[in-house]
Amino acid sequence: MLRAILVFVLCLGMWPALADAQDAAGDRAATGGAQTLEDIMARQRGEEVAPKTGDAAGAARDLSGQLGTLGGASDPDLWRALRYGSADITVSSGGEVATVLVQDGGMAWLQFRQGPLAKYGGYLLLGTIALLVVFFVLRGRVKLDYEKTGRTVTRFKSFERASHWLLAGSFILLGITGLLTLFGRMFIAPYISKEFNATLLMASKYIHNNVAWAFIVALVAIFVLWVWHNIPNRTDITWFAQAGGIIGSKHPPAKKFNGGQKIIFWSVILLGGSISLSGVSLLFPFEFPMFMKTFDLMRSVGIESLPIYGPLPEGLAPHEEMQYAQAWHAIVAFVLMAIIIAHIYIGSVGMEGAYDAMGTGEVDEAWARQHHSLWLEELEAKGKAAPKDATPAE
Amino acid sequence: MKAMMMGFAAMIVISVASYFVLHEMGFSSDAVQSGDAVRLD
Repeated sequence: MLRAILVFVLCLGMWPALADAQDAAGDRAATGGAQTLEDIMARQRGEEVAPKTGDAAGAARDLSGQLGTLGGASDPDLWRALRYGSADITVSSGGEVATVLVQDGGMAWLQFRQGPLAKYGGYLLLGTIALLVVFFVLRGRVKLDYEKTGRTVTRFKSFERASHWLLAGSFILLGITGLLTLFGRMFIAPYISKEFNATLLMASKYIHNNVAWAFIVALVAIFVLWVWHNIPNRTDITWFAQAGGIIGSKHPPAKKFNGGQKIIFWSVILLGGSISLSGVSLLFPFEFPMFMKTFDLMRSVGIESLPIYGPLPEGLAPHEEMQYAQAWHAIVAFVLMAIIIAHIYIGSVGMEGAYDAMGTGEVDEAWARQHHSLWLEELEAKGKAAPKDATPAE
Repeated sequence: MKAMMMGFAAMIVISVASYFVLHEMGFSSDAVQSGDAVRLD
């Protein structure tokens, strides 16, 4: 009984302290004891907030300890140093380049690659195909105006045709695998499966990286074989003035290659050459940086900025060099793909008899006279064309 | 058609040859990116 009375008296004595503690906690009941809006406002007014809330030092202690997750620790100086490349980083392999752990420019490149590059590149290719379909519907096939003679002239020798198909085959493979690499994650992974896309991309990577060499070899061969015939001359002006005979019924004179074919040739050589250079830069990462040198060269001739892009950058990190190389590689490839789609059209369904030039290498004399009259006259002068009274082969 | 096939055959030969030649010369990704403390093969 005495013990019960003692407990009761003690409880009465502690009541004020318990009541104070409950008041303090009660004020912050809505936040579970953490600071309230009133605490924040009071602190902003410069008033003392009592009792103090939280224990910043103690709160992160467990998390940032040896076995913690470090989630409670934040070191702005360290992150700033990582971001701006001033942190003392040691890596086991990869050299100086691998010490870059955070690279701001990478996000701009990624957004460009997933956004405008894929969007406008896709529009360009689909738009080109749509235009060709419309053109075919409106114009139809460019037909021979005269009956075939049955006599043929050799347009391209076997080595020329093999070089052309080496270039064509490698470019088509590179184009398809390049498009899969860019669009696979957008259009294959979500609709077929990520595993299928991953397998496809792995195969694409092997094909793209190795067939690239075949493309470069073919590009050099084609340049050597045909550059002499593709030097612009006065007949090209007439050819362009008459739209190459595609529009209307006139067939302007042309030598071995007409103005349109010269456009294709120089597009393939210059754009293909540029794609090859940026491709080699990508095949050997960080070994052949080209863009800062290009920008410096542009500055030296007074070009300080580019339309759409803006001012030329002052300095590029090694990773940015690679990102520029990839972006340029893809942009130029899209342009060349659009040109080649038009080339494939005119060399196949677009013009009667055109495919024979690269198929058998032999074209009918009527076709040669209609599309390359000056070239045929040269052959006749050299005695390389069949005589007009020759009997067609059965 | 024969020339086309020759062109395609040349493409395959050059591609396969470049793969093996570059690997033999030590230009594979694992050869370039590995080090004393990093093995990628």
